[in-house]
Amino acid sequence: MEILKQLQKIDGKPDLESLPDLLPYARFMGFEVDIKGNEVTARMPYKRDLIGNARLPALHGGTIGALLEWTAVVQLLFDTECARLPKTIGITVNYLRSGRPVDTFARALVSKHGRRVANVQVFAWQDDRDRPIASANGNFLLQPA
Amino acid sequence: MNPAKNRALALHEDGVRLESPLVNEPPPDDSTDEGPGLVETPHALAVGMVFLESDGDEAILRVPYRKDLVGDPDTGVLHGGVITAALDHVCGAACKKLDLPPEQSQIATLDLRIDYMRSAVAGRDLTVAARCTRQTRTIAFMRGVAWDDDRNDPVATCTGTFMLGSTLPPKDA
Repeated sequence: MEILKQLQKIDGKPDLESLPDLLPYARFMGFEVDIKGNEVTARMPYKRDLIGNARLPALHGGTIGALLEWTAVVQLLFDTECARLPKTIGITVNYLRSGRPVDTFARALVSKHGRRVANVQVFAWQDDRDRPIASANGNFLLQPA
Repeated sequence: MNPAKNRALALHEDGVRLESPLVNEPPPDDSTDEGPGLVETPHALAVGMVFLESDGDEAILRVPYRKDLVGDPDTGVLHGGVITAALDHVCGAACKKLDLPPEQSQIATLDLRIDYMRSAVAGRDLTVAARCTRQTRTIAFMRGVAWDDDRNDPVATCTGTFMLGSTLPPKDA
């Protein structure tokens, strides 16, 4: 059964807070989604398996990139009617500050979406939203409903 | 016990240890370690990354296919985040293969751009390789590729820049 059809609808929007339960990698990473009104925030709770450099310690850059990509997809699912999960065409991640071993949050903004392609900007932070640890922008292929 | 832990090799800041017996790297300087023995990269172990033998300046590693790393259960394909993590890790490993003096040995990713050429195929292991195309006093420019069956038909390609000798904040900051 198609994944997105399994999501319940809340006020006409898919229940994206339940999406991580349906995707193995999201469960593996511990991703969470929090929706308040039309604000979508993704969270990556800290756990030791996310560490890239145990000496510092610092989160692995790949986990931050993965969180940013995940957040972009969730935002697209929220903003557009998708039959299938959007596919990443290309993404550029900027690593701004070292990720400390604490929870990481991310928000995305869909800068533009046509029928097939959307451009999304994402940023991630930990203690202070005004001091992001990373940002990304990517183009995604939409598979509209 | 994660079976990958037996095979996966630690990425130590003094160099990458490969399975090849031809590598003559000196053993890591344990006196600078804060943990028991080698510094490990937990995320690489958790994902199941395994370094492969390679010549020259290229670093190669493999991520065996695993169902818990799947992004979309309708397709069974590994999530893009696995590719991102593998490419970031192999680019870092390729940086470590450069002849870096101690003050440059602490590296940090500045940016990473990944282009997804085609969908990976469900069930196939992912292999990634990277090398440095240009090294300056402070920056290493990297190029990487990810494939499943055929390196000439890649799943993704990447370019990245890494800072050499980054001044990261002290541990208790």
